[in-house]
Amino acid sequence: MTLKQTPLNAAHHAMGAKMVDFGGWDMPVNYGSQIDEHHRVRNDCGMFDVCHMRVVDAKGDGVRNFLRYLLANNADKLTLPGKALYSAMLRPDGGVIDDLIIYFMSEQWFRIVVNAGTADKDIAWMKKQAAEFENQNLTPPQSPLVRGEAANSPPLKWGKQAIRVADARTRGGREGFAPQLTITSRDDLAMVAVQGPNARAKVWQVLPATKTKTEGLQVFQAADCGEQFIARTGYTGEDGFEVMLPKEKVEEFWYALNKAGVPPIGLGARDTLRLEAGMNLYGQDMDESVGPLESGLAWTVDLKSERDFIGKAMLLANPPSKKLVGLVLLDRGVLRGHQKVHTAHGEGEITSGSFSPTLNQSIALARVPKEVQTGDTVQVAIRDKMLAAKVVKYPFARGGKGLI
Amino acid sequence: MSNPSNLKYTASHEWVRSEADGTISIGITQHAQELLGDMVFVETPAVGRKLKAKEECAVVESVKAAADVYAPVAGEVTAVNSELDSAPEKINDAPYAAWMFKMKPDNAADVAALMDAAAYQAVVDSEAH
Repeated sequence: MTLKQTPLNAAHHAMGAKMVDFGGWDMPVNYGSQIDEHHRVRNDCGMFDVCHMRVVDAKGDGVRNFLRYLLANNADKLTLPGKALYSAMLRPDGGVIDDLIIYFMSEQWFRIVVNAGTADKDIAWMKKQAAEFENQNLTPPQSPLVRGEAANSPPLKWGKQAIRVADARTRGGREGFAPQLTITSRDDLAMVAVQGPNARAKVWQVLPATKTKTEGLQVFQAADCGEQFIARTGYTGEDGFEVMLPKEKVEEFWYALNKAGVPPIGLGARDTLRLEAGMNLYGQDMDESVGPLESGLAWTVDLKSERDFIGKAMLLANPPSKKLVGLVLLDRGVLRGHQKVHTAHGEGEITSGSFSPTLNQSIALARVPKEVQTGDTVQVAIRDKMLAAKVVKYPFARGGKGLI
Repeated sequence: MSNPSNLKYTASHEWVRSEADGTISIGITQHAQELLGDMVFVETPAVGRKLKAKEECAVVESVKAAADVYAPVAGEVTAVNSELDSAPEKINDAPYAAWMFKMKPDNAADVAALMDAAAYQAVVDSEAH
């Protein structure tokens, strides 16, 4: 099988990267020492090739309403232009299709960034849901949940939306169910994450024209700078930017950053940085077989508002019996994914485990029975031994510092 | 870095050095440490443990992965390098100095029969394809 390459593939080889097969992509795992790269991001800054991730634009009338229905987090939280929201996208049975970030650019345009390995299935799912959503919007949706709510309060939002969509169709002379929403995979865009306390200053040094538009950005907010789309987001627990730009411009940007003193960082350090920051990795900490409430994502699921969303009914009907917790290994060794965790309340399993360069000890995320409490000591089966680990609140480290 | 010609090697990427007292020192090769990356944990066998050839007897763990280390020949464990407990990165810095454990081989001829540096390099090269 031929591995897929990002536009930075030649640059990685030129910079001495050790390359690995990462979900079908030929990606850099490190450029020397993974631990040095990790510390560099916590203490200074570094750049990551995240071109394998996919940018998707959702555009058209009613895009906000569609996202309110598509995603477990509530797009209505996005009121300030440029603001971003992290959300899970669920199956009707509550399983997690993907986790993603949506950026609210205007009522006609939301930008979505999804994981590399799930991009094609995500986009197919979004398009299917968009088509069904538009059909449904001619009448109130027929899910039992919404019928139940309608008994208490009139479904005003659905009603308005139905009329508006119908009017738009009449006015625009549309025929049948011609879709208004467009879901576009932006295969023309590349993305580089620049992360660390000095990351923003380095981006401004390389792209001075973008400074005016981006220096006022809050954390989790983006600006459309014309050729570049710059977001104050990331996957490391540090400050920094994620920069989207045309594919043909990314190599020049990468080398300019490097010349400004920004070292390249591989996927190895990306994993320990995100684990210390307590950020889930799709495919390890959650997937289609498990719900968001058992995956440490309850804070991203809005069950309070009356809106319906895909998966909501199943989440309400099935309170979780497990939860995701942090573990710190007390004995010597290294926690790894799939190791069994023995607790006073039953068995659990590590979803992500590694060595924390910041704490200089092994840490993990584990799915355990919900009765397990912070401060409990549990046993982890590692090869032929049972080793003691302490249950902790995560994140383990952020902003350059250990929190445990 | 080339593999020292005074050492013997296994296909499972251990190096073996014959010591003056008749014991052998065992570590992992430059190629192995490079594959694994930054070392963070080493588990060595108990002194006095009798090992069969190719028996799993030690573990090295990098940030990225865990790997078993195998007894190159049959024999008894006579010493372990406890310095690696607190400084496993020595395996990355100087793999051919960072011995993990020593054994007294049952048969000196078993050691002589292990691969030399050139034969081991051929194994490494064949794995690259």
